[in-house]
Amino acid sequence: MTKKFAKEVSIAVAEAVAQCKVDVISAYPITPQTHIVEHLAELVNNGELDAEYIPVESEHAAMSACIGAAATGARTFTSTSAQGLLLMYETLFIASGMRLPIVMALVNRSVSAPISIWNDHSDVMSMRDAGWIHFFAENGQQAVDLIYHAYKVAEKTLLPVAVNIDGFILSHVVEPVTFLDQNLLDKYLPPLKIKYKLDPKNPITIGAIGVPEIYTEAKKAQDEALKASYKIILQAWKDFEKLTGRKYLPVETYQMEDAEVAIVIMGSLAENAMNAVDILRAKGKKVGVVRIRLWRPFPTKDFLKAIGKVKTLCVVDRAVSHGATGGPVGIEVRSALYQSNKRPRVLNLIAGLSGRDVTKEDFVEIFEKTFETLTKKPTTPYEIYGVKE
Amino acid sequence: MPKDQGLISWKELAPGMYILEPGNSKKFKTGDWRAFRPVLDKDKCIKCGMCYILCPDICYQQDQDGFFICNLFYCKGCGICAANCPKKAITMVLEEE
Repeated sequence: MTKKFAKEVSIAVAEAVAQCKVDVISAYPITPQTHIVEHLAELVNNGELDAEYIPVESEHAAMSACIGAAATGARTFTSTSAQGLLLMYETLFIASGMRLPIVMALVNRSVSAPISIWNDHSDVMSMRDAGWIHFFAENGQQAVDLIYHAYKVAEKTLLPVAVNIDGFILSHVVEPVTFLDQNLLDKYLPPLKIKYKLDPKNPITIGAIGVPEIYTEAKKAQDEALKASYKIILQAWKDFEKLTGRKYLPVETYQMEDAEVAIVIMGSLAENAMNAVDILRAKGKKVGVVRIRLWRPFPTKDFLKAIGKVKTLCVVDRAVSHGATGGPVGIEVRSALYQSNKRPRVLNLIAGLSGRDVTKEDFVEIFEKTFETLTKKPTTPYEIYGVKE
Repeated sequence: MPKDQGLISWKELAPGMYILEPGNSKKFKTGDWRAFRPVLDKDKCIKCGMCYILCPDICYQQDQDGFFICNLFYCKGCGICAANCPKKAITMVLEEE
């Protein structure tokens, strides 16, 4: 039987990264950060992990160092949050455009102003279009597993992968976690071999200028690669299921078989929403939850299948897209629905900003609100839930 | 409809638009956005090689007679050679002329 450990999720993530035998870790641990890179620094310092730890002068440099290292064929890791991610912003697009298999644990937090260190998804949503693959974890075990998957997928697709972990709600909470047996992991994740890399014996140019006569083709190729990653992700999850019995899907559901109304959500709050489903199901209400595990590439077909025949959907966003027609997930969902004949009503709520709790009781209330839209159309494209008037 | 202006199919690009052939920048014509071209007066030229040393694009190469000749395939027409020629043997001439 696999041994279970009680671990702070940040520490567990760091240990999973170490298990993946990374070559280079580059980080700039400044507030708000986590114990992830701190613990990796300890592991390297203690000689428990044979990796190069590069403490850089900014987050911009942290991603740049990962880019440089990955271009030479090294397995790389970094982790950041909120303002740190924004400081990295320029280099995020370079990592994906240059097809470098970097893995980042992105501990989701609000961005300033106002200054905040608490959890929501406003940081990750700013890099929505940067060409990265995005996974969302709901609990500590998923955070660990998704790190394993991230390396497998990044190295097969030659695309960077972000594993999104809710700040504090997951990152600083002690949870029961099992690690994959090292021998099994070594088979799942063989040493990184990259065909094209910076090598003095075989010179190539990377990061060249894309003149107007070629930029369009480069972007098309990158876009196709991200779309094609979908199948590789599915395969990585299937292979993992064979090893552990733990199943991962691009869109996961809870009590959706006969659901009339459903909540669509990403990240750890999905667990509270599922608790609310249990409360309401006990009262005979047909409710369910659709949990988006894979945010990029957005799994439109899986999403449309997952919503079944619901009459109304409540998309619970964790970030504001100022001036837009909804929250980022709300916009995505409406766009996906437009590609199908399904037209459930969509209620789009923005909730849990900057660590404000959204409890199971809140989700019961959200479900009740969603039931109301069966007969009454929502009056606004989106609303901020729980705001004090 | 605008014509297809691409150089190569996206399917034929290496991942990340990597360039797999070392030194292929030699094939890239940088002389086509030049407004002025340098014209050498061999009567004034003393073959000192200042133009050769200072050209930022390494366009100048010595011919059999020892004159430094500008390769217009690469020359962007910056005029550094003309400005620094001690004998004023190089003049910048508008391309249209």
